[in-house]
Amino acid sequence: MSPATARQAMPISSPDSRRTEAQPAPRQKVLIRNVDFYYGAFKALKNITMPLHDRRVTAFIGPSGCGKSTLLRVLNRIYELYPGQRATGEVMVDNENILSPGLDLNLLRARIGMVFQKPTPFPMSIYDNIAFGVRLYESLPRHELDERVESALRRAALWEEVKDKLHQSGLSLSGGQQQRLCIARAVAVQPEILLLDEPASALDPISTQRIEELIAELRPDYCIAIVTHNMQQAARTSDYTAFMYLGELIEFDETERIFTRPKQKHTEDYITGRFG
Amino acid sequence: MNVYARRRIVNGAVMTLSVAATAFGVLWLVLVLWTLLENGVAAITPALFSQMTPPPGSAGGLLNAIFGSAVMTLVGTLIGTPTGILAGTFLAEYSRGSRFGEVVRFINDILLSAPSIIIGLFVYELMVVPMGHFSAWAGAVALAIIVIPVVVRTTEDMLNLVPNSLREAASALGSPKWKVIVMVSYRAAIQGMVTGVMLAVARIAGETAPLLFTALNNQFWSADLNAPMANLPVVIFQFAMSPYADWQTLAWGGALLITITVLILNIGARAIASWSTFKQ
Repeated sequence: MSPATARQAMPISSPDSRRTEAQPAPRQKVLIRNVDFYYGAFKALKNITMPLHDRRVTAFIGPSGCGKSTLLRVLNRIYELYPGQRATGEVMVDNENILSPGLDLNLLRARIGMVFQKPTPFPMSIYDNIAFGVRLYESLPRHELDERVESALRRAALWEEVKDKLHQSGLSLSGGQQQRLCIARAVAVQPEILLLDEPASALDPISTQRIEELIAELRPDYCIAIVTHNMQQAARTSDYTAFMYLGELIEFDETERIFTRPKQKHTEDYITGRFG
Repeated sequence: MNVYARRRIVNGAVMTLSVAATAFGVLWLVLVLWTLLENGVAAITPALFSQMTPPPGSAGGLLNAIFGSAVMTLVGTLIGTPTGILAGTFLAEYSRGSRFGEVVRFINDILLSAPSIIIGLFVYELMVVPMGHFSAWAGAVALAIIVIPVVVRTTEDMLNLVPNSLREAASALGSPKWKVIVMVSYRAAIQGMVTGVMLAVARIAGETAPLLFTALNNQFWSADLNAPMANLPVVIFQFAMSPYADWQTLAWGGALLITITVLILNIGARAIASWSTFKQ
């Protein structure tokens, strides 16, 4: 089947396709509609349409260069740091198109947190790493800021390890700790959506496991999108999975279905390791 | 002869040449320092730091020249550093890949290698002629023009070393661009930037040509920036060329003083470069 027909066959989570759990049906937080993306003249995303659900984890899988990180970078428009990169189409977040030109990008990014593949602690203390983002939009009294920093570090399961050295450099932490610091930093500004771009790919298995546990803990409060190279990780952490290939969305469905009865031959080949 | 043996011989030969070349270079530096110490130490007396430059044949010191050098170097640095840092920031953070940025960078590189006597003449035309007299202000401006390209270059280079992932991470938190630069890029690059400023200071501390046309010299104590001001390099130039033995001794003393200052600044710059605030 050609990718074009694959797209037409793609189900956009109709109510009957949801898991029958004893919890409220997930609300659609984001709707990506007909999004194209260009690096200069190169078209990296082709007509992507899919939703992201609130309080759910959506995983993006696919071989390198398939556009999954690019799609994530569209969602907070971080690509706009670089001239020559542009996106067309619509990304509706709570019925507001965030790709519209007049939008304040800083306010947008404060609502949509992002964690990158490589840990990116700022060259400042652990405390200031967290407080940096908070101070951008809120002027809290000292004790409230302290509380915010503590709760963010607790959420990221880092508090016990760093509580006695909050004023040491963020660079003094190990790789896994640095990544959890970055997650804490993203959580501290209380965003609505969390974008995780291969957050565990540079980490050892134990740190990876901690990050995955963390995603499970954050899931009830956020709309989370995670890009991963690791299919087991997608299967373990996500509720929905999108399989992308060469800039196209081949299949999007509940994770369980993608990994047990994918509709597309292409998806099946990829998740069974016959290709890619 | 097998390949390995030949490689060892070539390696040995190149190694010997490298060591010899290094020794040749260092030799002159050591000789310069030795000559300075030999002739200059005798001049390092309390009088050097407490008395004015004397007329020929009488005792004196270099206080006015030391003061003048310090003041003009300070003012030159105060003018040149912010300008240089802002321009370097523009090149690294705002004009990446733009035509205008490339032109500015090219012109800055030319300024970096411009002979300092040209800069002296330029400021002479720009300030001394319209004002009608030599002044410390003109000297400080000439020194600032030497500081600027050095600081622009090091600031840009150091900011270019800051990984883009850090800028992305700060932007992703909703930080406006100026805050990304001030809070993240500068912090990551601060050591290199400070090193650049210190090297620029070390360079202007010993510049003679630009001061010859601008601040000129002053035999007496003067703290007036609007008047000619004594300074070590020009005093050394004048005293060393003179036939008077006590002037020559003072010139050696001044030369030693400048060299030690420059040496301390360079060592300080290196210390800052290797010292990391964020080492555990």
